[in-house]
Amino acid sequence: MSIINAGFGGRRRSSRPDLPPGQYLTEDFPVLSAGPTPRIPLDRWSFTITDEAGKKTSWNWDEFNALPQEDFTVDIHCVTKWSKLGTTWRGVAIDTLFENIESAADFTMVHGYGGYTTNVPLEDLVDGKAWVAHTFDGEPLHPEHGGPARLVVPHLYFWKSAKWVNGIEMLPQDEPGFWEEAGYNMYGDPWREQRYQGD
Amino acid sequence: MSAANELDGNAMAGDLGEIFAVDVTQAVATCAGCGHPTALAALTLWGPAMGSVARCPHCEDVILRLTRTPGQAWLDLRGAVTLRIPMPPDDPQ
Amino acid sequence: MAESRWETPSARTLVLDVPDWPGHLPGQHVDVRLTAPDGYSAQRSYSIASAWPKSGSEGGSEGGNVELTVQRVEDGEVSSYLDDILEVGQPIELRGPVGGWFVWRDEPAPVLLLGGGSGVVPLMSMIRARGDVRGKQPFRLIYSVRTPQDVLYADELKRRVRDDPGLDVHFVYTREAPEGWPEKPGRINVPTLNTHGWPPDFAPDVFICGPTPFVETAADILVALGHDPKKIRTERFGGTP
Repeated sequence: MSIINAGFGGRRRSSRPDLPPGQYLTEDFPVLSAGPTPRIPLDRWSFTITDEAGKKTSWNWDEFNALPQEDFTVDIHCVTKWSKLGTTWRGVAIDTLFENIESAADFTMVHGYGGYTTNVPLEDLVDGKAWVAHTFDGEPLHPEHGGPARLVVPHLYFWKSAKWVNGIEMLPQDEPGFWEEAGYNMYGDPWREQRYQGD
Repeated sequence: MSAANELDGNAMAGDLGEIFAVDVTQAVATCAGCGHPTALAALTLWGPAMGSVARCPHCEDVILRLTRTPGQAWLDLRGAVTLRIPMPPDDPQ
Repeated sequence: MAESRWETPSARTLVLDVPDWPGHLPGQHVDVRLTAPDGYSAQRSYSIASAWPKSGSEGGSEGGNVELTVQRVEDGEVSSYLDDILEVGQPIELRGPVGGWFVWRDEPAPVLLLGGGSGVVPLMSMIRARGDVRGKQPFRLIYSVRTPQDVLYADELKRRVRDDPGLDVHFVYTREAPEGWPEKPGRINVPTLNTHGWPPDFAPDVFICGPTPFVETAADILVALGHDPKKIRTERFGGTP
């Protein structure tokens, strides 16, 4: 049974041809959370890449900010069907972070403060496809949206863009992260509408 | 969609009622993280999108997750050591 | 929706005619699902405000009315639809009644009800249920609310305090009190619960419903005063948009 409620949902703009299938446009920035918002003091923040042998490379906040910074403007697509176009960010390209990392692994698990995980193939993080961003719309990234820093992988559904990101772990095989092991798609391409397992 | 959790496990009664024959929000889950027992109704709840995530009010560990995909419900209870479910007292066991 | 009435300028009671309603216990809720013409849908839980069987309907025979009181929340797509757009005669999709934990089962213990804002809704169902069965259990409601204008069911509460023996209601105003009110506006606190609650020796059944900070504050105070945590049942309601 599904009753259609005329007049409900009218504040959303209808979908447009330049949006992935099933998405609608939103102007605000909805917040989805699976737990309490971690508050990370900048002097305690760090970001760590762990290779498949367990070797760690870390940056503290000052070291991270001393890396070359990039401004980028991208469209983001949430699996709950909202899309936001032309969002502006500043942060460090994953390519920069991987400059001195030797790894033969093809897969990664991205980790965030608070215990969140999501899996992304390495090739989807490099070649200018992903960043660790600390600034949104000209302002420091709000904790609700993942500040001090979050991953931004705009060509995949936004749950892959881990909030409060604190590390990338290299994996020889693909493994599911927090939502992926609960029915969501391992890859999450919005243009192929890969929302759930089997899509 | 909310930043802070503003709900608790009471709000899962409808979704869980589609899966279980009894009202499991009255069941007591023992947290696999800290060992504290809590009725599912009293767990702190985040969601419902992308799924319902119910956490221990004492240690914030995830006790239960429930996601819906087309035609399927995914229930992850690995954060609970046991679920103690109220049953009629005249049960033979 | 069979009819509706405004309780305050931002809260409307929806009287729903549900033909196959199985009846409910006071404190239970329903899930409301709204679906837009383009397929987008959203679901929220709302406590049932009415008691069952409805007063005067002698057993409630088949079908009947179920009442929800919906407080409009800022940016709340579901609450603003239910309060401002839904018209008498139009249908909505319900699932329920659900929830068996935050429920009063007409047990003999005294009852302490603590409601914050629209958290009073399921507690009102309990007060109405007790009134309908002429319950003898002493009931005390402590109702924390921003201003006198925000009080839900103000007239009915006044009437029931007069007519329902053993029912007491105390208001805590957090922003603005009525003229001549003896207490300054403020949050629920130890003296209030000491004076207007039950002593722990009475072993009351306690029901607390409201926003998370209210629920946690009230529950912490009661435990500190010596109440058994197992007798305290809580429901945090969303201000979820």
